[in-house]
Amino acid sequence: MREFAYQRAGDVAGAVAAFAAAPGARYLGGGTNLVDLMKSGVESPERLIDVRGLGLDAVEEDADGGLRIGATVTNSDLAAHPGVRRRYPALAQAVLAGASGQLRNAATVGGNLLQRVRCGYFTDVTLPCNRRVPGSGCPAVDGEHHNHAVLGWSEHCVAVHPSDLGVALAAFDAVVSYETGAGPGELAYAALYPPVGDTPHRETSLPPGALITAVSLPAAPVAARSRYRKVRERASYAFATASVAAALEVRDGVVHDVRLAFGAVASRPWRAHAAERALTGAPATARAFGAAADAELAAARPLPHNGYKVPLLRNLMVSVLTELAEEAAR
Amino acid sequence: MRVTLTVNGRRHQADDVWEGESLLYVLRERLGLPGSKNACEQGECGSCTVRLDDVPVCSCLVAAGQAQDRDVVTVEGLADPGTGLAPVQQAFLDAGAVQCGFCTPGLLVATDDLLRHCPQPTDADIREALSGNLCRCTGYEKILDAVRLAAARSGETAGER
Repeated sequence: MREFAYQRAGDVAGAVAAFAAAPGARYLGGGTNLVDLMKSGVESPERLIDVRGLGLDAVEEDADGGLRIGATVTNSDLAAHPGVRRRYPALAQAVLAGASGQLRNAATVGGNLLQRVRCGYFTDVTLPCNRRVPGSGCPAVDGEHHNHAVLGWSEHCVAVHPSDLGVALAAFDAVVSYETGAGPGELAYAALYPPVGDTPHRETSLPPGALITAVSLPAAPVAARSRYRKVRERASYAFATASVAAALEVRDGVVHDVRLAFGAVASRPWRAHAAERALTGAPATARAFGAAADAELAAARPLPHNGYKVPLLRNLMVSVLTELAEEAAR
Repeated sequence: MRVTLTVNGRRHQADDVWEGESLLYVLRERLGLPGSKNACEQGECGSCTVRLDDVPVCSCLVAAGQAQDRDVVTVEGLADPGTGLAPVQQAFLDAGAVQCGFCTPGLLVATDDLLRHCPQPTDADIREALSGNLCRCTGYEKILDAVRLAAARSGETAGER
């Protein structure tokens, strides 16, 4: 690990100013991803600015039904929050499906959004990776990629975004609040991760030096009946091979409102807009759910070793929606 | 830098700490508490699990500076020296849940935390709570036995009160 300086910021303005004064700095939340990557040499910041003491550790419930989640709320506290569990159960389920208890106790919401990909070529500094060293190449395209993207990838990077939390945030139209030296700003979560294109090293659309301060979820009555399901290679403590966040409201057997997002299939949590459009106003049947999944997955381009993800995702989506529809009918 | 923290109820100070040291390193190499084990160093195996401000974390991923002014309980802090082993420690011994022993301290801290929050866990609860702790010897069956035994004994004790 390279030499670096460590400091605790006392307030948000101080944190942003400290970052601006130290070009090689990183904000430090729980450290579960950043400290790990510093050990392997993937990250080598000159300064860590610890932001856990900034008072951004509360979940606030809006009177209109939304939520505002502070950036340093831990994953454990987020998943345990009664307002989260009541208004957005899929969000709590997604958080609990990620990592281990030890990591969830330390990891923060802001850090979860900015965690780096888990592609083995990215995390091994002896190998090329366009995300880590722009222009060096992507060995995963012709290499080990059974767990990589089937949607939205480019030949420059085929890694998937690893967050479970993010899949629920994508489904529920989250908005990211941040602070910069020039003042505060907001960004739709859907726009946080730019398309990979030929710039996979450009991982977020945040302005330089921006500190994420909160993630807000607008009121969404449909989210009270929502579910997150994750398929992985063992029953706990593994990244997803595919996951679905879904919310469904059925009236008189017809889909009135639906939210769908996929995880572990693209460089960002994948909001399934085409499937949502196909389903809105359609009968709440397994056949319609399958047709909607096909509409979304028509754009899928599996790699030689991850074609299994397409039927897996289709079946996962149909199964989760069918369960939600059956529960609504009871 | 200087790091001041509370470990197992006692105030400690470590001087000339390098920023790149982990809480685990500070505990083992500077404070003389080698119970927490250094195995994967990347948050995968749970051997370094300690309670930090009352929740279990992987101390290998806590930078030394992050531990400043915080409260740590290590495996050394589970037992009360006046009364011998903690119930979870005794249960691990009695159930044969210890082989090479390297994962044991982390499992003890994780199990202790599980039983504080969930005194009568189901097998699913136990599996999920211990999923962040890897053991390469036992195959986990004896570890599950140990957790069930500790829970059963604390249930008996509660019943006698």
